[in-house]
Amino acid sequence: MSDHNPFPGENNTGHIWDDNIRELANPIPRWWMIGFWASILWVVGYGILYPMIPSANDYTKGVTGWSQIGEFQQGVDEVEAVRAQFEEQIAVKSAAEILADDGLSTYAVNSARVLFGDNCAACHGAGGAGNSGFPVLADDDWLYGGKVENISLTITNGRKGMMTAQGALLKPEEVDALATAIVKGTVADEPLYKTKACFACHGMDAKGNQALGSANLTDAVWRFDEEDRLASAKYTIIHGVNAPNDPQSREAVMPSFKDRLSESDIKKLSVYVYKLGGGQ
Amino acid sequence: MNDIQNKIPTSSVDELYAEAGHWHINTGEETIHAKRVKGKWRTLKWWANSFWLIFFLGPYLRWDDRQAVLFDIPNRQFHIFGATLLPQDFFLLALLLLFFAILLAVVTAVAGRVWCGFFCFQTIWTDVFTWIEEKFEGAPQKRRKLENAPWNFAKIKTKVYKHSLWLIISVLTGISFTAWFVDAIDLWAGIVSFELGIVPLAFISMFILGTYILAGFMREQACFWLCPYARIQGVMIDNNTVLPTYDFIRGEPRGRVKKGQKEEDRTTGDCIDCNQCVAVCPTGVDIRNGQQEGCITCALCIDACDAVMEKVGRPKGLIRYESLDDLEGGESTPIYKRGRVWVYCGILTFALSGILYGLATLDSIQLKVLHDRQPLFVMQSDGSIQNKYRLKMLNKLKEPVSVTIEAIGPKNLVTVGIDKPVQLKPGTVTPKDVFVRVPRSDLKAESENIKFIIKGESSQGQLLRSDRTSVFIGPK
Repeated sequence: MSDHNPFPGENNTGHIWDDNIRELANPIPRWWMIGFWASILWVVGYGILYPMIPSANDYTKGVTGWSQIGEFQQGVDEVEAVRAQFEEQIAVKSAAEILADDGLSTYAVNSARVLFGDNCAACHGAGGAGNSGFPVLADDDWLYGGKVENISLTITNGRKGMMTAQGALLKPEEVDALATAIVKGTVADEPLYKTKACFACHGMDAKGNQALGSANLTDAVWRFDEEDRLASAKYTIIHGVNAPNDPQSREAVMPSFKDRLSESDIKKLSVYVYKLGGGQ
Repeated sequence: MNDIQNKIPTSSVDELYAEAGHWHINTGEETIHAKRVKGKWRTLKWWANSFWLIFFLGPYLRWDDRQAVLFDIPNRQFHIFGATLLPQDFFLLALLLLFFAILLAVVTAVAGRVWCGFFCFQTIWTDVFTWIEEKFEGAPQKRRKLENAPWNFAKIKTKVYKHSLWLIISVLTGISFTAWFVDAIDLWAGIVSFELGIVPLAFISMFILGTYILAGFMREQACFWLCPYARIQGVMIDNNTVLPTYDFIRGEPRGRVKKGQKEEDRTTGDCIDCNQCVAVCPTGVDIRNGQQEGCITCALCIDACDAVMEKVGRPKGLIRYESLDDLEGGESTPIYKRGRVWVYCGILTFALSGILYGLATLDSIQLKVLHDRQPLFVMQSDGSIQNKYRLKMLNKLKEPVSVTIEAIGPKNLVTVGIDKPVQLKPGTVTPKDVFVRVPRSDLKAESENIKFIIKGESSQGQLLRSDRTSVFIGPK
């Protein structure tokens, strides 16, 4: 430190070490200071307008009353307002009426896509593609009918397939003969079909009975489709479907969605499933 | 310490100081008051500036019943004269941006920062603003004096006039910009009736503020510190690029004109060190230090130097458009032999042909086909295979169009859901689900092509058609 400043005119503070190391007093640029104070003012203004300071149980609300959740709710309300006009109509119309209305059915399909993913796709596959042991919903083969009313009823009440196990009633060669005929698609002409009373459920022409949910035995779509169709047919004949006395019986159960979904949701889903490709 | 200092030869330090002496960077603490001189380049600059009249007048051109060029962002439609571009055509915009980016590159490589010096809005608006400044406050010398003068009525008056005119230009700039995005007539109606929407209002305000600050106050500082293109272009220049260049071979050593000295006795170069080139420079650089980041290659120093050379009876062109190679006695590579120019031109051609192709094939209706993936195919009870498609039919017309849909593909295909014509809503996409069934015996491969065709007719009797090829997928 010296009284005589050897470096005049450079704005040093007078603190000088080792002859030439000195502390300069260069002010921060004005634009920077303006920005600094402006940002402090900004914080104050923000604190007045918006929620900001937390306390133990609450927080300052700000004079505008804005909140993130409020903005979100507003967005949700806007969407709901758009949906409301459709939802009101869907509530009062039947599934068939919704299907007949272009705008409503488009809305129903778009809206039901999520419902299908949440409730149906686990068994029936995305887009109704089906899964091993679970029916394809995109084809035109329907055990219980492909009209939109049938589909509604299926979703509402659920379904349970039933076929008695024939293993104890038929000889192995009879099972073979029937299964072979089914694979060929000519089971209606097989004498055993009549004598063993298969026709009682599957119909005289073997095309099934939708009121009972019995399968069409002559078409290309199989309820229990496996690589080896002959073996699959034999297994079903021997063990039946949901047969109480046979633990190896095939399972075919769809639960009821009456208590899980609203009526409107079921209608929307019915239209969605109908439009997957096989509605009749 | 002192010992070390004593060992350094003073001459070498002096050299360093001399080099650094040029290195003055103006970070805005000094307002550049450039002198305005008449000349060839000044005239050319005004002509180049007038290019921006399109910006002010363009929005008032009409085409049919709408604005000729309108970038209607809220409705996602770009109207450019007869053509309407929807978001689906945005690859054209990408190509257009590519075209202009490369155009900037090639022009810079050949002739320097032509954009900066002659066409950039920052340069031009600043030029106009300083022109107004000169009208009210006088030549640079007077302006500097006024800056330091105490505030009195006369000073306030000139300042108010100047700033009002600046603001009027800023307002017009803001409105003109916004008028490219909102119908100009609606915009003016909104302004006059004070019923402007918040978005146009915000944009106009932003542009008023931006123009006023950038052209009025930041000026060359924007080129120095704000603009990325200035930096990018700076590195595109090479030794072959023609730039406003000071001929240091002819000019050095500089020396003032001495009265009474005969021309043949002169020991100095042609530069008389009058500093006129610095005085006229809008960014305040000294071109005699060579090409530098501050130089926007506006060529105004050429005008100034030529005028002085004429006065002192020496040949013009001491500062002229010249490449470094030419100046140093070499020869610059001809344009057609420069690899960069070829590459740039190749990209330009690619972008341009893409744009032309896009515009030529711009249809009024457009079909897109999405093949449903879940499931890829479904077997029907009769053993045939069904595929599901979502057709997205875009109608760019302002009227609804009724179209018929047909599919051409594997033998014996049957379509479901398209027996009736479909009504396409105007200006948007109409989706339609279509099922196609093919008997399994007619499927030759796991995946076969299928072509969808939509046909319709506009109210003017114009035939509309669009097709799209998709795939029909069956079991292995």
